[in-house]
Amino acid sequence: MTDLTKLTIADAREGLKNKDYTSQELTEAFLNNIEAANAQLNAYVAVTADKARDMAKASDEKLSKGEGGALEGIPLGIKDLFATEGVHTQACSHILDSFKPAYESTVTSNLWADGAVMLGKLNMDEFAMGSSNETSYYGPVINPWRKNGSNQDLVPGGSSGGSASAVAARLCMGATATDTGGSIRQPAAFTGTVGIKPTYGRCSRWGVVAFASSLDQAGPIAHTVRDSAILLKTMASVDPKDTTSVDVEVPDYEAAIGKSVKGLKIGIPAEYRMDGMPNEIEELWQKGIAWLKDAGAEIVDITMPHTKYALPAYYIVAPAEASSNLARYDGVRYGLRVPGNDIVEMYENTRAEGFGEEVKRRVLIGTYVLSAGYYDAYYLKAQKVRTLIKRDFDLAWANGVDAILTPATPSAAFGVADQDLHSDPVKMYLNDIFTVTVNMAGLPGISVPAGVDKDGLPLGLQLIGKPFDESTLFQVGQVIEDAAGSFEPQKWWG
Amino acid sequence: MSVDTDTVKRVARLARIKVSEDEATRMTGELNAILGFVEQLDEVNIDGVEPLTSVVEQTMKKRVDGITDGNKANDITLNAPASEDNFFMVPKVVE
Repeated sequence: MTDLTKLTIADAREGLKNKDYTSQELTEAFLNNIEAANAQLNAYVAVTADKARDMAKASDEKLSKGEGGALEGIPLGIKDLFATEGVHTQACSHILDSFKPAYESTVTSNLWADGAVMLGKLNMDEFAMGSSNETSYYGPVINPWRKNGSNQDLVPGGSSGGSASAVAARLCMGATATDTGGSIRQPAAFTGTVGIKPTYGRCSRWGVVAFASSLDQAGPIAHTVRDSAILLKTMASVDPKDTTSVDVEVPDYEAAIGKSVKGLKIGIPAEYRMDGMPNEIEELWQKGIAWLKDAGAEIVDITMPHTKYALPAYYIVAPAEASSNLARYDGVRYGLRVPGNDIVEMYENTRAEGFGEEVKRRVLIGTYVLSAGYYDAYYLKAQKVRTLIKRDFDLAWANGVDAILTPATPSAAFGVADQDLHSDPVKMYLNDIFTVTVNMAGLPGISVPAGVDKDGLPLGLQLIGKPFDESTLFQVGQVIEDAAGSFEPQKWWG
Repeated sequence: MSVDTDTVKRVARLARIKVSEDEATRMTGELNAILGFVEQLDEVNIDGVEPLTSVVEQTMKKRVDGITDGNKANDITLNAPASEDNFFMVPKVVE
């Protein structure tokens, strides 16, 4: 019998409809994989096996009657940032110990309404702050990929490291993730999976634990461009509960897949060529350009002069918003409480023990840049620079560019507990140098696996699109996927 | 601009995070590395540039100021570390 966990969502959708297998069989196969692998990969922080079996059974009843939604019976993993009713929802932070919400996020509600099955909650960097999934209170996630001939543990990227690792290791068919500065696209690139951050306002933020509200967006990580289109179609919606949810109808993203890219104008921004960038990244980029050219796209050089300022501006805007959002964790209404002699000491003790080092760092930076006398010098200036970053993109669109092609990350996955990266917080932040511009401008961006480096580790290319034009990203992304093929790690776990 | 250890302690107090002397010293270095990094923004000419307040041009959505939800005191206090009769319990605030 075929290994059901090797199927794509698109395959399984057909197989379930044709009754080749049941959702219960599919779900059981994934639960077995999780059981065997999770001690090594640490991708799940909570496995909801009973709930998964119940949901799969309900799906099978619908499927047997020829009914069911777009994701009927498809087993998924959910990032711990999404509120799931009565289930572990702690943003992988100590400060949210034992928190189980009495409500469901809009994104996960949409998934269940379309018939998806929840396997459990996925590990992530604490409050989505990190690029290596090492800041989680539940310990680092391990990348299923290893360098050729090496047994060194590598990071899956972050913050959606659990989502990326679980998809790559076949511990779910697809996963929800979120992206504030690159947290979907960087882990997707590090694990040979596809990840899309949609336009700001496309997926509701209701019920998603807030990090930086003007940047946060949910999106899927999956094996193929088509699977990510299928998942986004269900995750995206117009939601009155989120005032930044935009009133634009969700298109049928799959319809864009397979369409010719002939005549599309693809912009290549020179500013994404960084000093010290490995040759392999440049070569990958050139390969991507050649594939799109062969497929009939027109390649144009464009200039985005404010690119290098996106990351420093981000490290003012994101911590500022985080310091405000995380003010709610005070030991009163939920989570951890550490007693003190008075209420202020209780707050201080709770937050000192409940937040990890990276979260504290960002809360302090955010508090500092928003404090009296510094607001104009930091926050206001960063928001003005953000206007200029967005203007660079607006100019490209005005010149007829349909999508922009860049590398997804400046390197392949690195080792767990890398000394060099941990000695200086800024070095870790540089991981997001190619992805963060997209968040600052609120645009959609997709990372598609495009090759491997000299050690056999996957690398990704990023496509950036116009606001609410995710369809073009799926259309062009499919061309890259067709040319590059698929990427599967050698199994050493479980 | 850079911060000294006293400033870090003052900011930590504002953020209600207890820091030890050692932590404050270590964090001073880390925060200065980040502040040094963001200093690049001084190179950018921002004369006459409006700050970005929304990435998507959209009029702020409004809703009717009506009661649409409620009677969920149990749900709301469900996760509290200390609660009694649907009240959050905290250390004494007023003498």
